[in-house]
Amino acid sequence: MKEAMVSLGPYFVLILVGFLPNEIWRLVGLVLARGLNEESELVVWSRMVAIALLAGVIAKLILFSSGELAGVPTPVRIGAAVIAFAAFMAVNRSVFVGVLAGEVALLAGAAWYTP
Amino acid sequence: MPESKTFETSAAAFASGAGQALTSVYVVVLIGTYIGLGALAHDVGLSSTWMMASTVIVWAGPAQLIIISAIGTGGSLIEVALAVTLSAMRLFPMVVALLPMMRRPGSRLPEMLLPTHFTSISMWIESLRLLPHVGREHRLAFCNGLSSGYMATAVVAGYVGYYLAAGLPPLLASILLFLTPLSFFLSTVNNARQVVEKIALVLGLALGPLLAYWQVELDLLWTGVIGGSIAYAFGRYRRRTS
Repeated sequence: MKEAMVSLGPYFVLILVGFLPNEIWRLVGLVLARGLNEESELVVWSRMVAIALLAGVIAKLILFSSGELAGVPTPVRIGAAVIAFAAFMAVNRSVFVGVLAGEVALLAGAAWYTP
Repeated sequence: MPESKTFETSAAAFASGAGQALTSVYVVVLIGTYIGLGALAHDVGLSSTWMMASTVIVWAGPAQLIIISAIGTGGSLIEVALAVTLSAMRLFPMVVALLPMMRRPGSRLPEMLLPTHFTSISMWIESLRLLPHVGREHRLAFCNGLSSGYMATAVVAGYVGYYLAAGLPPLLASILLFLTPLSFFLSTVNNARQVVEKIALVLGLALGPLLAYWQVELDLLWTGVIGGSIAYAFGRYRRRTS
C-alpha cells in the first residue's frame, strides 16, 4: 500500500481499493431492486438477511473488539451491553437512555478492573 | 416522529430529513466513529482532505477503517480491495430492502443513484423506521435530507478528529469505540417489532460470533443468509397457515 500511495497517488488508490470494491454491492442492490415492490419475496428476504447480518456485525464488535476497546475485559463489555438493553426496555424503549446507561456501565466496569 | 408527516414541497421534506438526522442518536455515534477514523488517518500520514474525500465517496465506516489501517500496517492493494468488498456485501440486501420503499410510479433509475450511494447502517435503520410515516411522493427527498445530514456530520467529525489526533486518552477512545455497536444494537432491537424480525435479530447475534469463533470463511455473509433465511421461512410458514 505504501508504495502504491506514492506511485499511483493517494486519491487513485482511494478510488481503486475504497470506492469501487465498496460501491459495487450498492449497485448490485440497485439493479436487483428494479421493478420490485415492498411485498416482493426477494425484498422481504433481503430485509431479514440484512437484519441478521447487522446483528452479527454488532455481536462481533462487542465480543471481539479491536483498538482501545479491546483493553476493556470482555465480561465488562457484555455486561455493559446487557445493562444498556435493560435500561432501554425499562425507560420507554429509549435508545438514547440505553446507550447512556451502557457507556456509564462500561466506564464503571473498566475503572473497577483497572487497579 | 411517530405520527405521519406531509410536506408542501420536496425541499421541505429534505429539510425535515436533515433535521431528523441532526437530532437522532446517530449523530453522536457518527461523531464518535469519525473522530476515531480522522485521528487514525492523521497517525498514518494521510491528509485531512483525503480523509474527508474518503467519507464522501466511500461512505462506509468499516471500509474506511480497513483502508486507513492498511496504509498504516501494509498489505497489498488486492488484499485491501478484497477485505473492503467483503465488508461491503452487507450493503446489497440493505439497498434491495430500502429502494422499493421510495419508488413511486414514474420513478427513474437516476433518481435512485443518490439514495443507493447514501445507503449505510445508520441511514438504513432510520429510513426503515421513519419512511413509513412519510408520504410516498416525498420519501426520496426526505431520505436524501436524512443522509446528507449524517454525511455532513461525519465529514466534519473526521476533520475534527484529524486535528485532535494527538492524545485521545485510552478510556475516552474505548467509550467512543463502544458507541457504534451499542447504538446499532439498541436501534435494531427497537426496530424489530415483528416476530420474524426478532428471530432474524436473535439468530444474527448468536451466529455472528459463533461462525467467527469457528473461523468459518465469509462468516458474516453466512450469518446473514442462514439467520435471515430461517426467519423468512418462519414468516412464510406463518402466512400460509394463518
